[in-house]
Amino acid sequence: MADLKPIYVFKRFERFWHWSQAALIMFMALTGFEVHGTYMLFGFEQASSLHTTAAWALIGLWLFAIFWHLTTGEWKQYIPTTENMMGVMRYYSIGIFTGAPHPFKPTQLNKHNPMQRVAYLLFKVVMAPMIWISGLLYLYYNAWADWGLGELDLSVIALIHTAAAFMLLIFLVGHVYLTTTGHTLFSQIKAMITGWDEVEEDPQ
Amino acid sequence: MAYKILPTLYSFALLIALSVISGTAVAAGSTADHSTFEGLKRSFESGPDVTRACLECHTEAARQIHKTTHWTWEYENPKTGQLLGKKNVVNNFCLSTSSNIAACSTCHIGYGWKDDTFDFTSEQNVDCLVCHDTTGTYTKDPKNKAPDLTKVALNVGPTSRATCGECHFKGGGGEAVKHGDLDPSLDNPDIFVDVHMDKDGLDFVCSTCHSTDQHAVAGSRYTPKASDNHGIDVPGKSDGARTTCQSCHGDVPHVKNAKLNDHTDKLACQTCHIPEYSRGDYASKEWWDWSTAGQLKADNTPLSKVDANNHEIYNSKKGDFRWENNVIPEYVWFNGTVRYTLLGDKIDPTNVVPINSFEGSADDPEARIWPVKVMRGKQPYDRANMTLAVPHTVGKDGFWQTFEWKPSLARGMAAAGAKFSGEYDFVETTMMWPITHMVAPREQALGCDSCHARNGRMEAVAGVYIPGRDSLPLLDTLGFGLLGLTFAGTLFHGVMRFIFRNRG
Repeated sequence: MADLKPIYVFKRFERFWHWSQAALIMFMALTGFEVHGTYMLFGFEQASSLHTTAAWALIGLWLFAIFWHLTTGEWKQYIPTTENMMGVMRYYSIGIFTGAPHPFKPTQLNKHNPMQRVAYLLFKVVMAPMIWISGLLYLYYNAWADWGLGELDLSVIALIHTAAAFMLLIFLVGHVYLTTTGHTLFSQIKAMITGWDEVEEDPQ
Repeated sequence: MAYKILPTLYSFALLIALSVISGTAVAAGSTADHSTFEGLKRSFESGPDVTRACLECHTEAARQIHKTTHWTWEYENPKTGQLLGKKNVVNNFCLSTSSNIAACSTCHIGYGWKDDTFDFTSEQNVDCLVCHDTTGTYTKDPKNKAPDLTKVALNVGPTSRATCGECHFKGGGGEAVKHGDLDPSLDNPDIFVDVHMDKDGLDFVCSTCHSTDQHAVAGSRYTPKASDNHGIDVPGKSDGARTTCQSCHGDVPHVKNAKLNDHTDKLACQTCHIPEYSRGDYASKEWWDWSTAGQLKADNTPLSKVDANNHEIYNSKKGDFRWENNVIPEYVWFNGTVRYTLLGDKIDPTNVVPINSFEGSADDPEARIWPVKVMRGKQPYDRANMTLAVPHTVGKDGFWQTFEWKPSLARGMAAAGAKFSGEYDFVETTMMWPITHMVAPREQALGCDSCHARNGRMEAVAGVYIPGRDSLPLLDTLGFGLLGLTFAGTLFHGVMRFIFRNRG
């Protein structure tokens, strides 16, 4: 095995954003599916109130994150690419079992592999807007008529919101699992906590 | 010793005299003390005699009364064109007034309505005292002790919970029978029975909300106001009636939890704020099965059975009953229009026949989800004509004496001017009563999860998406299914990694 060289990949704000977003999303799934009637935990009133509070916190966080992405240029990390896509897919479906090396080496300017780029882009431009636009409409149900949206149907909005929630949950499961595929089971999580990842040093 | 006791006795007498005077003193806000009126300080030979004395000053009062449903017992619903009122409707309690009017009219605000010959234009036949008595001794029921009319007349005052309740708490033939939200608990209720009528608190009387103008009382069960979007009523901007919650509270009344205001376009206030009816000391009648009436004791005398709570559960004259306390209402969309099944209307006896139906749906902006008492029972119908049938019950030739259905129904139908084939049977019926009284203190209002839950109170309410109750099962199956597959997939991938961990 080649030597490992530490590189600083995840900056402080990014880590703060990631973990608080993770906590909020999991909490919102917990309270959201109670509002959906899947189980009883806090009671509907508490669940919906906590869900709403967490939603505002998450929206606030997103505003900061969007600002951060735009001002730092980090948004470019999510531009999808097909370059090396096949290689990465082949690695996760075959190479990972045969002990082949990971075909992608993160750098500070290119920290996500092509699959990550697509997955996170989907998260950011499909799932997140889908859940927060439907969620805000859900929240402001009584203002629809004033906004000229009187034709909307709550059942449709609820459906979109729930569908987006399922997508996020599925994303979460895949995402958490893939964190275990680093050099060690927890090396990726450690990187997301400390900011420092380890990459195999190219034999020069 | 006597000289020492005398002053004490004297002051004691004075105290009693004072308390008597204050006891007969005018109602707060009144400008007249009737106990000082010379015209009333005489003996009265009859009720109409008292009315004549009243009309000497209150010259317009009787003619005002003549225009009210309280007097006519007749009401034409402008929305449906149906001719309603106690005189015309059928219910599933005592069934009908028509031939039985002599008994039913103990609750008419007049004197002497025994049959069709009653003069509805007579001013002296208006019974002022039944509403304006303050002594609690006035009665027209011949079974009771005759009241001292002079005392009653000298003590007239505004209407009270007791005077209104004398009839309205006893609708359906006895205390608490009919409405569910009106019973003698409201004579002197505590805050838990009615937050507004609380005798130690706001102490509202009926007319605080059922505001009157020229003896016309606002609020009607024939054309209730199911929704009120006008906010707090201000003189000059409204009809002045205070019969809706909104007329005082507005339509966005929740301050601490504003989300609740988002519900006022769909829910009647009553739905959350009257969590149960019959919350006082009385149970309300929920079931009345006339088909079992007429069973007699061995000696052919009528019998009566009571349950452990001393509620009558069988009476030879009336059949089987069921009573309940603290009843969870049923919930329906209601826009204020009530359609009745009247005598002569065709019914379908293979189904439960609705004596009245509340109109409205989720798409109707005037409709709200209302709590209702649904009175259920069985009552006679004409098997050939497929109409409801009403019996003659009171009097010598009535069912309550003869216990024979056929002749009683023939007499009853003839008196009502309806056709009767002679063939009868019993059909199950329902009748809805909007629940609007006995408003609970806010702490006892329903919480969110009473309705936002599967199998909650809104289970039967259609046409609206209720978070927590509703979902698209397909989406849930798909969502949880894919989630499970993803989880299984990662697990499989992980196990494979573990098996092949030593490669390479």
